[in-house]
Amino acid sequence: MKVRIKFAKSGAMRFIGHLDIMRYFQKAIRRADIDVAYSEGFSPHQIMSFASPLGVGLTSNGEYLDIEVKTHAGAEDMKQRLNKVMVGGMEILNVTMLKEDAKNAMASVAAAEYTVRFRQGYEPGFDWPDRLMEFYHSPSIIVAKKTKKSEMTLDLKPFIYRLSLLGKGGTAPAVRMLVNASSSGNVKPGLVMEAFLRANGEELSPFALEIIREDTYADVGKEGEPHFVPLDAIGMEF
Amino acid sequence: MSELALRDEILLQVEKPARYIGNEVNAVIKDKSQVDIRVAMCFPDVYEIGMSHLGIQILYDMFNRFDDVWCERVYSPWVDLDKKMREEKNIPLFVLESQEPVRDMDFLAITIQYEMCYTNILQVLDLSRIPLRAKDRSWEHPIVIGGGPCVYNPEPIAAFFDIFYIGEGETRYRELLNLYKEYRKQEKSREEFLRAAAKIPGMYVPRFYKVEYNEDGTIQSMLPTEEGIPERIVKEVEMDVSHTYYPEKPVVPFIKVTQDRVVLEIQRGCIRGCRFCQAGQIYRPVRERDLDMLKRYALAMLRNTGHEEISLSSLSSSDYSRLPELIDFLIEKCGEKKINISLPSLRIDAFSLDVMGKVQDIKKSSLTFAPEAGSQRLRNVINKGLTEESILQGAALAFQGGWTRVKLYFMLGLPTETEEDIKGIAELANKIAAVFFETVPKDKRTNGKVQIVASTSFFIPKPFTPFQWAPMCTKEEFLEKAYATRSAIKQQLNQKSIKYNWHEADISVLEGVFARGDRKIADVIELAYKKGCIFDAWSEFFKGDVWMEAFEELGIDMAFYTTRKRELDEIFPWDFLDCGVNKEFLKREWKKALEETVSPNCRAGCQGCGANRFGGGVCFENTGKGYGNGNEGKD
Repeated sequence: MKVRIKFAKSGAMRFIGHLDIMRYFQKAIRRADIDVAYSEGFSPHQIMSFASPLGVGLTSNGEYLDIEVKTHAGAEDMKQRLNKVMVGGMEILNVTMLKEDAKNAMASVAAAEYTVRFRQGYEPGFDWPDRLMEFYHSPSIIVAKKTKKSEMTLDLKPFIYRLSLLGKGGTAPAVRMLVNASSSGNVKPGLVMEAFLRANGEELSPFALEIIREDTYADVGKEGEPHFVPLDAIGMEF
Repeated sequence: MSELALRDEILLQVEKPARYIGNEVNAVIKDKSQVDIRVAMCFPDVYEIGMSHLGIQILYDMFNRFDDVWCERVYSPWVDLDKKMREEKNIPLFVLESQEPVRDMDFLAITIQYEMCYTNILQVLDLSRIPLRAKDRSWEHPIVIGGGPCVYNPEPIAAFFDIFYIGEGETRYRELLNLYKEYRKQEKSREEFLRAAAKIPGMYVPRFYKVEYNEDGTIQSMLPTEEGIPERIVKEVEMDVSHTYYPEKPVVPFIKVTQDRVVLEIQRGCIRGCRFCQAGQIYRPVRERDLDMLKRYALAMLRNTGHEEISLSSLSSSDYSRLPELIDFLIEKCGEKKINISLPSLRIDAFSLDVMGKVQDIKKSSLTFAPEAGSQRLRNVINKGLTEESILQGAALAFQGGWTRVKLYFMLGLPTETEEDIKGIAELANKIAAVFFETVPKDKRTNGKVQIVASTSFFIPKPFTPFQWAPMCTKEEFLEKAYATRSAIKQQLNQKSIKYNWHEADISVLEGVFARGDRKIADVIELAYKKGCIFDAWSEFFKGDVWMEAFEELGIDMAFYTTRKRELDEIFPWDFLDCGVNKEFLKREWKKALEETVSPNCRAGCQGCGANRFGGGVCFENTGKGYGNGNEGKD
């Protein structure tokens, strides 16, 4: 049976990279004594698929991995067993069941939502909350994209599905954005912010941003009419 | 969760920030207001090496079982972070669990596993803002205590330590901690505490000993400076290895480390008595752990870590008397959970090949032989019981079983070595290749041709071995020997199947100085460190020319420590320690080596080394009483 696990990653765990998170879950699944399915062959490994690698330094409230289990005692039991063996900063949010023909987590990813803040001392020199929406509503957002051979320009605008300002007038205003996170058009939130600062004549320093991934989404809409739902909305209770 | 000691900017700029954040599975967090003593346990090398060390896991577990103690870990910051910490000047080195400064701990316990980490010890002290020299410390600084195999000659680093713990850590720490609590409560001085500590068995407090030298630079005497301080310090040994501390929940790192598996120590010590091997002497007597204990811990550790591999650890696993039962048990339990079993240090024979065939992918694994010397004559000198016949038989069996890769380990520069012995290395490798072509017909060579990798290290005489009297080779001699080995291999019929690697010679020479060095070496280590030497065990960071400069500036002759011939009655810097085997036994073994005579192993015939005084282990196997009275083996 295919199972989708949603988890949050916070605190010091933001410094653990994607490959190490995979190793962490392989060990956690053994500690939790989940009856996981293994691949065939001389060195069998757990059948496991992660939705979208999270960059080092980012925290998240919506990460996903799919595993295959042979037997189980229900979603709640599995969630509890896993949470019992988590370290601080890792939390299992829910466990759902997937249909046998469901696309795996990685193939399902279409978009991701982020909250972006400036770290203290790294705020731009201009009144950025006032300028944000003007930037977003401009007809195109052209950025330079370096490839191995040449430098190309790219319009980010079609890849940003939603963008808004949070906490306007407060002490720590933030940007919330829903952007493309598919394998063909993944947009890093830092790239959007870099374009925003550049449009206002400033450069983004490499450590300026504190980024939280809020959730990861699949597109269940029709051609040309996207409809984004969190990846766990595809799964069913069990 | 505690705040991190390092800012995000720093953590995002250094390689593998996971080295510095703690928070690993099974890391122990305590409420600091509820403990009396805080211990920083240090392995002075990079995290991935330090986290792979079993001894620290055992002691970490032991200390944290004490309710009044919180033990945390610290490793050497890698060169990138080291540089930043020196530039910024306001980040003191910290322990991983609480992320608090090492300097605020009560004890800094450093395990010293190899000589080439000595500058890293200074790095850890320096970055922690602890004075390098013990004499400059006050109650503002932790008590710096060293342990591990290198403390069997602690003299080159004696100036940097308050205490050395000689022997196995399971036995005396509780006593030392109790003393510490009592003396702190009574507001006694640091000096008074150290004086009292020096009277606990196994504790060596260097400041209470004075060394007098002869005109030729050798030692005339080493004596306590005060009444009541013991003249000799006997190593500590845990005799009941089946009912003592062992971790059920070892810490599980996030990043891949060298030893990324459950480690089950099946026994301590080795019955073989190879004459170059220090571990074979200092861990005597051989003590096996109880089979039921091992089964119980294997299951508990696998369950608590989630590791996908378990490895048996010992100096010579084939000599563990219950090995077949243990392996059967592991194969049964691990098979269900797809857990790999790794079996290092097994003698290659029908039994081990059968077992390895069950637990490993033959196509991917290789066979390892450690003949250590190329000829039977020299193998007799070093008392390595492996014969050419048994190697070739083992290889033939393995080739029939499908193995095609063979690793061979040798040493160059052993006492009495001749050109013939070096040629023997090439010839043995060639014969193994020939065995492959004889035993495996062409149409059966499905796994490719045979690949033989011969590696040589350079022999370094170590304290408390029969070879402690042996002169070591110079760097030039070492390199000549390596080139001779290479050209001998090139002349073999099957040379295309043989690959040859050798160690770096200048690191070996320096290791030789530290291994048999005295207190005068401390100045060299400190000077080299101040000139930028660090991570000397890593060839990419080893600065041979800077070390040479340091020796020259201080007028210290390396040859005095390495190539010099030592007389049988010379007092060695480590002679005030008693490692369990007596000097007369080592002398007998040294003489027998020069006569090319082998000694039987502990089970085949007691040689009267003196370790039977500990009252257990292999010395009392079967008989129920010791049969070593110190006279056996005298001829």
